[in-house]
Amino acid sequence: MTQPILAIQNLSAGVEGRQILKGINLVIRPGEVHAVMGPNGSGKSTLASILAGRDGYNITGGEVIYCGKDLLELDPEERAREGLFLAFQYPVEIPGVNSTYFLKAAYNEIRRHRGQPELDAMEFLTFVKERMKILNVPEDFLKRPVNHGFSGGEKKRNEIFQMAVLEPKLAILDETDSGLDIDALKIVALGVNKLKRPDNAQLVITHYQRLLNFIVPDFVHVLYDGRIVRSGGKELALELEEKGYELIVHRAAVPA
Amino acid sequence: MSTSTETIEKLVKQEYKYGFTTEIETESAPPGLNEDVIRLISRKKKEPEWLLEWRLKAYRHWTTLQAPQWPKVHYPEIDYQDITYFVAPKNMSDGPKSLDEVDPKLLETYEKLGIPLHERNRLLGVAVDAVFDSVSVGTTFKKQLGEKGVIFCSFSEAVQEHPALVRKYLGSVVPPTDNFYAALNSAVFTDGSFVYVPKGVRCPMELSTYFRINAENTGQFERTLIIADEGSHVSYLEGCTAPMRDENQLHAAVVELITLDNAEIKYSTVQNWYPGDENGKGGIYNFVTKRGACRGVNSKISWTQVETGSAITWKYPGVILQGDNSIGEFYSVALTNNYQQADTGTKMIHFGKNTRSTIVSKGISAGHGQNSYRGLVKVLKGAANARNFSQCDSLLIGDQCGAHTFPYIEVKNTSARVEHEASTSKIGEDQIFYCKQRAISAQDAVNMIVNGYCKEVFKQLPMEFAVEAQKLLAVSLEGSVG
Ligand SMILES: Nc1ncnc2c1ncn2[C@@H]1O[C@H](COP(=O)(O)OP(=O)(O)OP(=O)(O)O)[C@@H](O)[C@H]1O
Ligand SMILES: [Mg+2]
Repeated sequence: MTQPILAIQNLSAGVEGRQILKGINLVIRPGEVHAVMGPNGSGKSTLASILAGRDGYNITGGEVIYCGKDLLELDPEERAREGLFLAFQYPVEIPGVNSTYFLKAAYNEIRRHRGQPELDAMEFLTFVKERMKILNVPEDFLKRPVNHGFSGGEKKRNEIFQMAVLEPKLAILDETDSGLDIDALKIVALGVNKLKRPDNAQLVITHYQRLLNFIVPDFVHVLYDGRIVRSGGKELALELEEKGYELIVHRAAVPA
Repeated sequence: MSTSTETIEKLVKQEYKYGFTTEIETESAPPGLNEDVIRLISRKKKEPEWLLEWRLKAYRHWTTLQAPQWPKVHYPEIDYQDITYFVAPKNMSDGPKSLDEVDPKLLETYEKLGIPLHERNRLLGVAVDAVFDSVSVGTTFKKQLGEKGVIFCSFSEAVQEHPALVRKYLGSVVPPTDNFYAALNSAVFTDGSFVYVPKGVRCPMELSTYFRINAENTGQFERTLIIADEGSHVSYLEGCTAPMRDENQLHAAVVELITLDNAEIKYSTVQNWYPGDENGKGGIYNFVTKRGACRGVNSKISWTQVETGSAITWKYPGVILQGDNSIGEFYSVALTNNYQQADTGTKMIHFGKNTRSTIVSKGISAGHGQNSYRGLVKVLKGAANARNFSQCDSLLIGDQCGAHTFPYIEVKNTSARVEHEASTSKIGEDQIFYCKQRAISAQDAVNMIVNGYCKEVFKQLPMEFAVEAQKLLAVSLEGSVG
């Protein structure tokens, strides 16, 4: 079998005085789409943050192998350069920094890391315009400072636009659907599908089965109180929608 | 979160690359300040009697003054008898000669600083006056400027060659009695630059002075006087550096600008005096009085400053708006890192009708730096329809530093309109993490955010210098996040 893009083994982590992740196991292979669902506070964003390398968490056990490398040993920017991308649940505003400039810097960092020549301003603009079509983003996204003054939905769309530019190997989408209107949701979901390739993978965190009608997952996992309590195919999302977490979790707790 | 704040603070560690010294034979006055030293300086410079008298008067006034206590800066008391007031490279103390006679070591020094003075590799389109310790070592492009009638020379030379102009304007904007440091400068100033742009002339190139302090335990007291006659235009830039030394050194300059009817002066500063080391040891005390007078109608004076150096900065480049419809501008970026302190801002004094002023101040504090904006906007009775707009922003990097704003507004004419906006922001951990997640290093992220923040000021600088200023800021912030 091919090497997994991501292999999480028994990952436990928390913040001072509090355990949040309590032994996560998850393997993602090239070409796969995984969905993670779970109630508020179950640890979904914490998992995403730890994978991206945010400071401030204690890793108390387990390991994460990303494309054969020990992910937790890498700095956040190295992870990004290796193709790990996080679409933030709450994208950050960076006033004064022009979006095109920002994206070009990011893109060229990745190219440099891969030993490819950097694109100059003109070449980058041509490339980025072509990418914009995938997500149907308005021109002025490029002219404005990064996320500055963007509406909630615009920010989310901008995350996926950045993903389209940076072409990650593993994209983690943290509730990208929340805050998007119906039309935007379709555009974003179709965009994500277009970016899907046999050699990359997506980890989609969501509360709503609705998104999974558009981005059809190969696997659905239920994260509950820091543990993946159930995994299944896309029909698990439907079951969840129908029964709610309590019932599903309760059933999971009872040995079959 | 403390772990992440630490990482941000690590980014603010800097390497000062102009810290070398030049080994050169010098001639100097004995340390200490008294009338004899002033007489010696004046004699060395072969000055006319009136100028010696002017100096002595300033000195006598200075002895009655006390250093200002109101700035929000802290430093041990300065012993003015410990400072050497005149140091010149040997053979130079008589004043500038042709560049061919200048000691090659001096030329080399400027070369190393990126300011080649020699004909063959001079900066394109920029005339330079190079001041080394107390004297000017040479001025480039004099002939080309002379053809247009523009006078650009060292102050000492102006005293000899253009005494009438010097006598008419010297001290007319910053009188010797203005303040403690201005009085001190008036007594002991050694050299500096002089510019006169005749009626209707647009100066064909940028003029610039490069100040270099080299000798130990000396003060630098230069004097700059720029006069733009009716309908003329000139853009001027000053740059400064000094070696790394453990002792603090005093730099107390005076700059006076005068614009007559319809004239314009654009004065830009990139100040990079040695800021001291990361523990706050050493560095330059930069106590400077800069002021312009828009004497004529429709005239304009614009100050742009990028202040990244010095242990302590105390300066308020201002504009006295006398002529009707005249315009004053102040654009400033002031960075304090490690233990640097800055108390800087401007004074806009509106006398004339329809006078307008704009103030854009961008303070950046990192490390343990303390940064204060202090500005006065004063509208006098006769200044009907005067307008001022002020914007004072502070940016904090890490949580050991401080930013303070002291705006003073006095309006005596009811038709005037004065607007003041202020903001304080902090480069947040979440912003740095967001950038890192997009493959951008923390250092690059900080530079990107700081540059974006300073954009409004940088775009006021002449192109070449805007690029320099950007790089300088990046160097000054090196080590401020991990
Ligand atoms: N830095 C922190 N300090 C204290 N508690 C934290 C911290 N980060 C996360 N937590 C807690 O850990 C739990 C998991 O948070 P997380 O954000 O991962 O949840 P989530 O599954 O993404 O929830 P949601 O669906 O609401 O986005 C929450 O109870 C949260 O309050
Ligand atoms: Mg979350």
